[in-house]
Amino acid sequence: MTVPRWFPRSLAALGIAALLAGCAATPMRADDPFEPMNRASYKVHEVVDGHFVKPIAQVYVDYTPRIVQKAISNFFGNIDDAISAINDFLQGKPDKGGNDLGRVLLNTGFGVGGLIDIASEAGIPKGNEDFGQTLGVWGLPQGPYLFIPVFGPTTVRDGTGWLIRYSIGPVGYIPDVPVRNTLYGLGGLDMRASLLPADKLVEEGALDPYAFIRRAYLQHRLYLLYDGKPPPEKDDEK
Amino acid sequence: MKVTTISRRPAAMPGAGLAVWLCALAFAFFALPALAQEAPDALVKRVSQEVLQIIKADPKVQAGDQARIREVIETKLLPYFDFERMTALATGRGWRSATPEQKTRLTAEFKTLLVRTYSGALNQYRDQTIDYKSLRADPGATEVTVRTEVVRSGQAPVQIDYGMEKTPSGWKAYDVVVGGISLVTNYRDEFNSQIQRGGIDGLIKTLAAKNAGGASK
Repeated sequence: MTVPRWFPRSLAALGIAALLAGCAATPMRADDPFEPMNRASYKVHEVVDGHFVKPIAQVYVDYTPRIVQKAISNFFGNIDDAISAINDFLQGKPDKGGNDLGRVLLNTGFGVGGLIDIASEAGIPKGNEDFGQTLGVWGLPQGPYLFIPVFGPTTVRDGTGWLIRYSIGPVGYIPDVPVRNTLYGLGGLDMRASLLPADKLVEEGALDPYAFIRRAYLQHRLYLLYDGKPPPEKDDEK
Repeated sequence: MKVTTISRRPAAMPGAGLAVWLCALAFAFFALPALAQEAPDALVKRVSQEVLQIIKADPKVQAGDQARIREVIETKLLPYFDFERMTALATGRGWRSATPEQKTRLTAEFKTLLVRTYSGALNQYRDQTIDYKSLRADPGATEVTVRTEVVRSGQAPVQIDYGMEKTPSGWKAYDVVVGGISLVTNYRDEFNSQIQRGGIDGLIKTLAAKNAGGASK
């Protein structure tokens, strides 16, 4: 395995150890051409997350009243619903878009600005569209798989989706810096906390956590892209 | 038929869905089973309802009593799984070259791993309802997919599909797919690289070590 000519030097430095370690055993995969570098990133992630992010999320879960956690989760979920609605329309799914938009209006107007998810109580299911999926629907290929420390698994397409998501805000447009940073922090905390049960499964069930997460991530994204009906996987059981 | 929650916050990560379905995976795996002459969809419904009922009502399960949880799993769920088929699916091509003895050992280790991994998450499933989709299959079919959707407040519904096969002792599940992630084939990459490195025996050894190491946790 040789390093491509355009490979940035700093990244090469980051990945070099893993390259040396990984080349012998790991054949190159079409969907993860940067595997050695990604594995190095994953190692960095394990240290940073394990020592800082995860313990903080655990404290948050253990010591914050359930109802507060739920309200925080609903607040950000309400923003996600708005993003989902935008993407429904961008993908030409007006029915689902109306559904998600209805959720936002209901929860913002009657659910204390999104702190209470009364739309779910009323039986309006939550949507789950995002910009990564929209780019996929528009025909952009998935691109290489990437593992980014703290951020987690993504692909070039999904990462691009996240950049679009980030640029839209709305949290980024709040002029008051402490308020904005608090919201970013809470949002990240809420998300990380929601992943804690999954950590345990990876810890206990995976022989190779990196490969386990990669496959799960890519499969799940495919399922989302095809709205729950992904094309059947090639079966090489026999 | 929509699905999981994944997108989230500005500064955060795209792995959010990971939480939801990896957990749901746990639930799905155990929310399974069947009776001999029972139709596959009826079986999934009966067994998942039975187990949900136990999770909600049994004080020992709620308290996280591992012995009791294990008992529930072994009596209520495991009879409705075909672990050999699951192991074959996870192993992929390598399964063909395995000896009968290797197949037996591999199946035993994989079963232990799956049960241990997913039993820990069993008592997390309480506040949810399951929507059972109508089965679309030939009356004479010997393999069907039973589709369900798990609905939880504040989260997008998660689709859980059970790959079921007809056996002499009734319908059994050979795969559980949660939010597009197959509980079984998710292991294929890991199994393949283990087999490339140390053959089937190497894989068995790795699984055994994993099972032994994690048992004390």
